[in-house]
Amino acid sequence: MAGARGLALKRPSAIPGFGLALGFTLTYLSLIVLIPLAALAIKAASLGASGFWEIVTAPRTLAALRVSFVISFIAAAINVVFGVIVAWVLVRYRFPGRRLLDAVVDLPFALPTAVAGIALTAIYARNGWIGGLLDPFGIKIAYTPWGIGVALVFIGLPFVVRTVQPVLEDFEREIEEAAASLGASRRQTVFMVMLPALLPAILTGFVLAFARAVGEYGSVIFIAGNIPFVSEIAPLLIVIKLEEFSYAQATAIAAAMLGIAFIVVLLVNLIQAWQRKRSGHE
Amino acid sequence: MDARVDYSMKDAGTLEPVRGRVRAEGGWENPMHVTVENVVRTFGLTPALHGVSLDIYPGELVALLGPSGSGKTTLLRILAGLDIPTSGRVLFDQDDALKLTVQERHVGLVFQNYALFRHMTVAQNIGFGLRVRPRSRRPSRKEIARRVGALLELVQLSRLEKRYPSQLSGGQRQRVAFARALAIEPRLLLLDEPFGALDAQVRRDLRRWLREIHDKTGHTTVFVTHDQEEALELADRVVVLSHGRIEQIGTPDEIYDAPNSPFVFSFIGESSELPVRVERGNIVLDEVPLPLAAKGYPDGPARLFFRPQDVELDSGAPGAIPGTIAAIRRHGGARRIDVEAGLDGHRIEIELPSQFEGSVGQGIAVLPRRWRLYPDAAPEA
Amino acid sequence: MSEVSLAADVVIEDRARSVTTERRRVRFSLILVAVAFLVLFLLLPLFAVFSEALRAGFEGYWQAISTPDAVAAIKLTLLVAAIAVPANLIFGLAASWAIAKFEFPGKSFLNTLIDLPFSVSPVISGLVYVLLFGLQGYFGPYLQSQGIQIIFAVPGIVLATIFVTFPFVARELIPLMQEQGTQDEEAALSLGASGFKTFLLVTLPNVKWALLYGVILCNARAMGEFGAVSVVSGHIRGKTNTMPLHVEILYNEYNFAAAFAVASLLALLALVTLVVKIGLEWRYADQIAGSARH
Repeated sequence: MAGARGLALKRPSAIPGFGLALGFTLTYLSLIVLIPLAALAIKAASLGASGFWEIVTAPRTLAALRVSFVISFIAAAINVVFGVIVAWVLVRYRFPGRRLLDAVVDLPFALPTAVAGIALTAIYARNGWIGGLLDPFGIKIAYTPWGIGVALVFIGLPFVVRTVQPVLEDFEREIEEAAASLGASRRQTVFMVMLPALLPAILTGFVLAFARAVGEYGSVIFIAGNIPFVSEIAPLLIVIKLEEFSYAQATAIAAAMLGIAFIVVLLVNLIQAWQRKRSGHE
Repeated sequence: MDARVDYSMKDAGTLEPVRGRVRAEGGWENPMHVTVENVVRTFGLTPALHGVSLDIYPGELVALLGPSGSGKTTLLRILAGLDIPTSGRVLFDQDDALKLTVQERHVGLVFQNYALFRHMTVAQNIGFGLRVRPRSRRPSRKEIARRVGALLELVQLSRLEKRYPSQLSGGQRQRVAFARALAIEPRLLLLDEPFGALDAQVRRDLRRWLREIHDKTGHTTVFVTHDQEEALELADRVVVLSHGRIEQIGTPDEIYDAPNSPFVFSFIGESSELPVRVERGNIVLDEVPLPLAAKGYPDGPARLFFRPQDVELDSGAPGAIPGTIAAIRRHGGARRIDVEAGLDGHRIEIELPSQFEGSVGQGIAVLPRRWRLYPDAAPEA
Repeated sequence: MSEVSLAADVVIEDRARSVTTERRRVRFSLILVAVAFLVLFLLLPLFAVFSEALRAGFEGYWQAISTPDAVAAIKLTLLVAAIAVPANLIFGLAASWAIAKFEFPGKSFLNTLIDLPFSVSPVISGLVYVLLFGLQGYFGPYLQSQGIQIIFAVPGIVLATIFVTFPFVARELIPLMQEQGTQDEEAALSLGASGFKTFLLVTLPNVKWALLYGVILCNARAMGEFGAVSVVSGHIRGKTNTMPLHVEILYNEYNFAAAFAVASLLALLALVTLVVKIGLEWRYADQIAGSARH
């Protein structure tokens, strides 16, 4: 049975609807995704290599990219540390409220970013619940890069927890027992045997959190302060350029971000392939 | 391969070639005597072990044999330190083993699913037990590498030290698991269904290999299995367990030839069973006496057990077990025949040479050459 | 062996803790750290939303969410979701049908494509539509001449929302349907059912919980989307503001209580979504192909 658009099925199938299903899928994707992305690519290309380079390396652009990527990295790193702890605690221990806490981890997935943004700002502003506590010490969080970090930690946490959790759940108890029988203390077992085995999942979680943080907009712009060169994130710069009708510049920055995001996705796939090769499919 | 590979290390670091079994010279090389005294283990309300006692002699290879739920794994885990009995004692030589944590017990564990550290190479796996020792007792890196090399030779995996477990076959992985357990010079080796995850052929090969290794190194070894063929083939002594109790302990021959209960008889090898009565020293089947002497057995109902292979055709003399052939089939190089025996038509299975010719419905009379009688004590629990 | 371990977990003696866990002190500290972190970073914002929303009392709350602009924003949000979610539902069914039941070249590329919006910043998702349909976009002049407005109007918002949320249903269905294979459908076909009937009576019931799961996630994101919609909407009060955008406007005007009031509606939606999500995961875990990857 032949497919639509000259795509032949690798194996003949008695099940109907392939042409219809694939045709609809491809049309939908083209209209919604491919053509708009093509527009982006064309626009970016129309700048020419030097024009593109010029825009991307403009001081303000570089600063925005730096702010976005550096703080995203730090936030993702923080999420790795606490995400592993949270995953560990949720999987390995029993305590009252555990199931509730497990549900809470998904909150950043479900809560609209703007809502998170204003809520975080309210908390960390000088008169907020936490900002108020820190203000006497001269520590400011809202409207500074620290605020950006807090917001990015918020939205990135579920990624690490949810990638590490299933691997931890499937972890064979016998491996821990074997390590103990060989004389390893609990600390040695955890750090020499278990965490290394979790490393691929941890890395995946890190990369996912990082990628999400880099592109994050709604949670960040309220708490950020948005001062160019200091606390202005790259997505905000794109929006500003659009509002100025500098489509070309906005596109260039967007293309740069996409390029880096593409590399990140590639990394994730490579890590997962490496993980499969190393630990093998049992 | 005849090399008596030396991997035993006195902690002073000098190597001494060892011939035959590990020399008993004190320290860890001394194979250990294990005493289990009245060990009870209940989980909540469910008892897994009902007061089990046994002695394991130094250098013995002992099998814990039983169906699932018999408590054999629980007992092994208690020996390993992975579980604590509800009551009872466990002694390693004269020391109270229950006071020791898993790490302190110096016990080598081998699991059914290998439990190898997937992110480490074969060499790193084997050397793990040495690397985690506290500084004072840790051998130098060169020393560790040397020992690992010696162990790899012992288990015949020398070329594979840089491989990862995922790149090995099941049989190879299990041998690495062995080497890893041996690296710490354990006082006791505990194997939990070590060949359960392997193909039949690999299983057979590794059984032979295990016996060789055991003879070479001489550790006190306990292994758990539900495969009675494996237990009988490998072990010096077999401990048969059922429902948390020891049914019988003995050499494989004793267990096979002189099982002391219906359970052991039917669990080991094949069995056929007939309900009979003992009347004044005679065995009576459905009111008909059999020409089998039962001196010394109490009068009353009993069960007669015999193996299908242990019967002979008896067409002449009166008093053999009469029956009708219900089915005939081939079994290996012989014939298996289902017989409805006695006046009440009890189903038994017998084996006769392949020359036997008969047809369904035909009358037949058989006599067991070897058999055992188990009087019904109280009503069966 | 496993049954024994499970039972052993249940009864952990005081004399010796299980070999596979940490000292009580360590466990306690880790739990404390985890709970503190989650409360601090995740729960606190949630509380803040409701606490700030009620700052002006229930009256102020009610006023804030019943102004004409707020009502218009609510209506627009509902409208956009009402279009985007069904459209993505159909897409999800079509894509998973094609990917799960057939083998064809380029399948994994298609899979990657479907995952695309997760790697793309929402702002960029909006940007691409501005590039196409904005005043200075490729189709801009044409649209203007025809009097069609996409950017700075509802159609743009719908398009951007669809872009950002189209993977949700597909991603829930594809792994599940791949796992289920084609046996049920082949059986139905061999019994004489038409393709459509097979789909309706065999395939759909097999994936109904995963479908619901994907739909509620898609809906939550559709209603809550901010970045992409912000770029294409033009922020015209009463006309092209969804609820998240309305929240932003109120906030920027320092009308905090009102901003939080509207935000609390979205937060309630998030809570409902979470409850349904968790409920589905607990009861129908095996029928959703489990692992939440977002």
